[in-house]
Amino acid sequence: MAGDPQIKIYVPRDSGAVSVGAEDVALAMDRALADTNATVVRNGSRGLYWLEPLVEVETDRGRVAYGPVTPGDVAGLLEQGLLQGAPTHSLCLGLTDQIPYLKNQQRLTFARAGVIDPLNLEEYCEVGGYRGLRRALTMTGQELVEEVKNSGLRGRGGAAFPTGIKWQTVLNTPARQKYIVCNADEGDSGSFADRLQMEADPLALIEGMTIAGLAVGADQGYIYLREEYPTALEILEAALSLAREKNYLGGNILGSGKSFDVELRIGARAYICGEETALLESLEGRRGMVRPKPPLPAMAGLFGQPTVVNNVLSLSSVTFILAEGAQAYQVVGMGRSRGTMPFQLAGNLKHPGLVELAFGVTLRELLYEYGGGSNTGLPLRAVQVGGPLGAYIPESQWDVPMDYEAMAELRAVLGHGGIVAFDERVDMSEQARFAMAFCADESCGKCTPCRIGSTRGVEVIDHICSNRDREANVKLLEDLCETMGKASLCAMGGMTPIPVRSALRHFPEDFQKS
Amino acid sequence: MVADIVASLKHKPGALLPVLHEIQRQFGHVPEEAVELIARGLDLPIAEVHGVISFYHYFSTSPRGRHVVEICRAESCQAMGGRELELFAKQKLGLNYSETTADQQITLEFVHCLGNCACSPSVRVGTQIYGRMSSERFEALIDELGAPALEAR
Repeated sequence: MAGDPQIKIYVPRDSGAVSVGAEDVALAMDRALADTNATVVRNGSRGLYWLEPLVEVETDRGRVAYGPVTPGDVAGLLEQGLLQGAPTHSLCLGLTDQIPYLKNQQRLTFARAGVIDPLNLEEYCEVGGYRGLRRALTMTGQELVEEVKNSGLRGRGGAAFPTGIKWQTVLNTPARQKYIVCNADEGDSGSFADRLQMEADPLALIEGMTIAGLAVGADQGYIYLREEYPTALEILEAALSLAREKNYLGGNILGSGKSFDVELRIGARAYICGEETALLESLEGRRGMVRPKPPLPAMAGLFGQPTVVNNVLSLSSVTFILAEGAQAYQVVGMGRSRGTMPFQLAGNLKHPGLVELAFGVTLRELLYEYGGGSNTGLPLRAVQVGGPLGAYIPESQWDVPMDYEAMAELRAVLGHGGIVAFDERVDMSEQARFAMAFCADESCGKCTPCRIGSTRGVEVIDHICSNRDREANVKLLEDLCETMGKASLCAMGGMTPIPVRSALRHFPEDFQKS
Repeated sequence: MVADIVASLKHKPGALLPVLHEIQRQFGHVPEEAVELIARGLDLPIAEVHGVISFYHYFSTSPRGRHVVEICRAESCQAMGGRELELFAKQKLGLNYSETTADQQITLEFVHCLGNCACSPSVRVGTQIYGRMSSERFEALIDELGAPALEAR
């Protein structure tokens, strides 16, 4: 076999794929391929999680996929021509790019996810990586800010604030030291896009942070990564070293005279630290208590200095925007929601995974055309969109286009794009109670409506469900939600009423226990 | 050793969390005796160090079992049988959350989301995450964790 070109077999090291056995598959594959001209490459996930562990082989026709593969399948797959991409084995899914779930997506931010080895910098550059940074090095700070403004990008962490405007404020605020902080404290249940991106294409995030640094005049960045993501931590650490080695980070980047470096910091299990000011407190070594605004972090953020705080996906999208131009991003989407949104299908769905599409796709399309309906086969009943502080949406509203403004009209939020589906067995009073209990557990305690309101909320829901002074308690719950919504210091207490009220409004029968 | 850890990290801006992480990594928890050393080393009031340790769910002030088994109790896992899995885990181990088995092998905890929502329900042991968990798989996992300890005795 000497002289034959190497055949590449891809087995993801994504933590989701590994959670369902990809590590054992990689080991079995490695062992079985010992005397062949094939090697195992550990890529990120394509995001088609029901097919994980998804094994791919590179052929002249493109990559051919097999899944879900168990270690026991490896011998049979090889016998039936996996190395040639033969379609005979029952696990063969054909060309990866032609799988409808993937083919019908618009992968801009996630174009490289699952395609490349996340820790191969040369490969990253071959598929467009660091093109954005090279372009950025020829531009002024103001030109960079304009480019991001023109893209229409809004913060993908949930608040949807225009990224370019945030950057403008930091650029305009004179200071000796400025910072770029990446919010990688992805705490919303149903959300895993940040994790997938950091594990599949970490250099895209690092490149985006570097571009942000050039734009606003910051030379130091921090990634605040949640502790729950040990694999992302390992991959990011290695990616940062690679970037430093090749002078994409550090002093005098690529001979430009500009400097920027990134330090990785780990959270310690506090949902509230996803709130930007609590995150900054935590980075400074304190309890993650929310700061009153103003001052905005853009003017007085980390250590009192002007700071850009952006989500993983916002920063990764910047990398695309600088590489391909603002127009290429801005041209898709609807209304004031420009570009794409990586929706994350989770919970009780047959085909959970990552679906990056232009804004405007309906919730129903996502649930059925992509999600394939419920995993259990029972009818779907409620869908929570946008994390634990997002609304539970009933079927009558599933034709809503997924766009920030359309969701707001339904008194719902798009948030970080997490979508959790529940089948008909769900008890919505339990979900409402959980929302309050979650808030009680994760509240930072700084403001009274959130700290005390959430505990009272649990009690009042218990009273309603046990038919104790029912009408008065429903009224009390409404009042409590009103107070929390209007008087809390941040979105934690401010938005907890959203899931509670939506459950009560759309599923009142679940609160009527006999 | 605590003093060494503090000394090696104190140059970092906002060093307290990195220090606590390193101590917990090495000792398995943050011992009570360490608090004063940390406070002195970082020039912080003892109360502030205490305040930070108690704020974050991750830091533990008492020793935990050899394995920390964490069950995700967030919404995506709930939608896939997570509540039943929680009950099963408690029953199987005879533990409530934050309790440790008598042989000091397993501590049970809950966690709010492991970011593995497309493979719900999820459990984490150490740094390893397990997806598509069922009662059967959980039982097998616990038996596997217990096995080497029994042999060692």
